[in-house]
Amino acid sequence: MYARRKWSVRHARKLEWLYAHFERVMVALHPLWQTLGYRRIERPVAFVERNLKGLLFDCRMCGHCVLSSTGMSCPMNCPKQLRNGPCGGVRADGNCEVEPDMPCVWVEAHKGRLAMRGGGKIMSVQAPVDWSSQGKSAWLREAQTQHRHRQQQEAGQ
Amino acid sequence: MTASSPPAPASVQPIRGHHTATGPLERVLRNGHFAVTAELAPPDSADADEVYRRAKRFDGCVDAINATDGSGANCHMSSVGVCALLTRAGYSTIMQISCRDRNRIAIQGDILGAAAMGVANILCLTGDGVQAGDHPDAKPVFDLDCMSLLETARTMRDRGQFMSGRKLSRAPRMFLGAAANPFAEPRDFRVERLRKKVAAGAGFVQTQYCFDLPVFAEYMRRVRDKGLHRRVFILAGVGPLASARAAVWIRNNVPGVHIPETVINRLRGARDQKAEGAAICVELMQQLKEIEGVAGVHIMAYRQEHKVAEMVAASGVLGARDRHAGADINRGQQGENRDEFA
Repeated sequence: MYARRKWSVRHARKLEWLYAHFERVMVALHPLWQTLGYRRIERPVAFVERNLKGLLFDCRMCGHCVLSSTGMSCPMNCPKQLRNGPCGGVRADGNCEVEPDMPCVWVEAHKGRLAMRGGGKIMSVQAPVDWSSQGKSAWLREAQTQHRHRQQQEAGQ
Repeated sequence: MTASSPPAPASVQPIRGHHTATGPLERVLRNGHFAVTAELAPPDSADADEVYRRAKRFDGCVDAINATDGSGANCHMSSVGVCALLTRAGYSTIMQISCRDRNRIAIQGDILGAAAMGVANILCLTGDGVQAGDHPDAKPVFDLDCMSLLETARTMRDRGQFMSGRKLSRAPRMFLGAAANPFAEPRDFRVERLRKKVAAGAGFVQTQYCFDLPVFAEYMRRVRDKGLHRRVFILAGVGPLASARAAVWIRNNVPGVHIPETVINRLRGARDQKAEGAAICVELMQQLKEIEGVAGVHIMAYRQEHKVAEMVAASGVLGARDRHAGADINRGQQGENRDEFA
């Protein structure tokens, strides 16, 4: 059980690298997504994302992916959906307070981030989830936000 | 510390410009005094007098009373209700807010209501899972977590606005607290987690029961290495164990409590286990006070609240502030150097 999640944490460094490149591609393809229409491609992209990330991370499609800040361990699998670190109830064997047979996702996250280059990102305080984007593609959202961010920066200069 | 009894000497210290709240707890801590807080078990009752009876046991021996919010995921009178009653009688309170039962709309409303009633301190908690309590079939909310709750409360206080950005006509002046468990896994992450809570706005923390002093001392050493003891007041959690059997039960059933075998064996070997439990608690308070960076103790004396005053007096941790000892206080003497806390 939980073998896939554990695999992803063990390979956090490689996945981090892969993710960073993939994000760059997604952002670079912004003109294409815009031509196709973000709303039109939302469902097919979300379908791919759900299945791929579901396979690797047991992704819950919160719509605000923070995997690179959480050691490639999906925080939404925490029964309390904690996005800022482990609660005080973690068992002595490193398993979850609520589900005694499940390794705490934050114990896993801590392992993963130690292997990652950007592991220090675990210290940034995550804002609460915007529940209105649940089920939607975090990839497209990221592409759009990053693009907007760049535009603002350019306008600022 | 009722309205009728005279205030403890430290509570008449002035409120300074950088103080975030108007309550005595923050003043006591910022003036460098060793603080004592205690947890009030809220009644399963609609009787106000029951709250007052429970609070009265702490008169004169604590700087603030924690009103728990469905602790252990068990249903009791709400922390808002308990605080409404206590502030009305002039008590200094720490309102606990758990993210388990309410979403961001309800919690922000409660923070405003609490500040309006005179609650000067809130403790931001994630909360135990619903499986731990008497309503395991309840829907867990966890819309916020303790960290985003701290940030939300700080935004309300310092920027005078809701999370949504909507302006408040008066911001709540509150001293923000959080919990810390130095004994839970992953242990090497716990100090960093404390640092994150400080970054999110925590001005004080109350820890889980400290029965394992070597582990706690090591935690504090790492806290000092990071200079965190200068940025947050740490109140170490203590409490009397009723018996060896009770200790084993707590260890196995209450999430996050770590009780080492040595403590259980000491209880088992005692003739009067209850008295031994209180004696251990008193010793722990004295030893914790000696650890650099520990700013106070937080007493969780579940079903033994009547022993709190006695234990505090026996430990002598209040020093000159203990009215039962009858001594006068050297006001501000140790205070000034600690008052640089930002």
